[in-house]
Amino acid sequence: MQVAAENVFKALSDPTRRAIFERLARDGEQTVHALTDHSGVSQPAISKHLGVLKHAKLVRDRREGRETHYRAHPQALAPLIDWMSVYGAFWRDRFDRLENLLKRMDK
Amino acid sequence: MTDTVPSRTLVIEREVPHPAEKIWRALTQGSLIEEWLMKNDFQPVVGHRFNFRSTPVPGWDGVIDGEVLVVEPNSRLSYSWGSMGLKSVVAWTLTPTKDGTHVRMEQSGFRSEEDAAYKGARWGWTKFIGNLERVAGGLD
Repeated sequence: MQVAAENVFKALSDPTRRAIFERLARDGEQTVHALTDHSGVSQPAISKHLGVLKHAKLVRDRREGRETHYRAHPQALAPLIDWMSVYGAFWRDRFDRLENLLKRMDK
Repeated sequence: MTDTVPSRTLVIEREVPHPAEKIWRALTQGSLIEEWLMKNDFQPVVGHRFNFRSTPVPGWDGVIDGEVLVVEPNSRLSYSWGSMGLKSVVAWTLTPTKDGTHVRMEQSGFRSEEDAAYKGARWGWTKFIGNLERVAGGLD
């Protein structure tokens, strides 16, 4: 668990890798070429970043012909899911709901 | 918990224009809890074990395991909160004020794995993870 969390942190500590991961999570599976075209970074650099993301299990790949396709694997975020910041947002949202409920209970 | 890592505490406080008795019902009656928190089999009885259940999302099975620790009607409620390796305690304190009730929620006792995450949050990751949560939540 701890090693996994460290790998995920290391992988996401770089803004280019964060952008790649967010893009795959948002837009679905993409080839290295497609990712390179939008990034302004060279293809070898993108491949290296994808390697780090893959090591952290944040992305998965598959070969199809000459192209390697990558997709996000958000389950790898599990080690991070218990963040205080996540719970902070969670509880604030639930407090809002609690207040709404209290108003309805007046009726 | 390890000796080297102090526990973390999250506190959220609000003053609401409602009497403590009413808030107590919202915090302790299963059907009302479901309306603002999650599906549950909660009972305000010390030692009672229960689950809060939410829709699973990638990275989270949606289940909270809890045990009731403190029940002081209209005043204090506390239960353990366990999920995906997180062990914590949630404590509610209701204090009457001039116009209503001061509601305090404290969640404490995060384990060492979360420590890395806590430090990460200070680097400005909150927004990023917030975005990811939305993305991950929309995947299924």
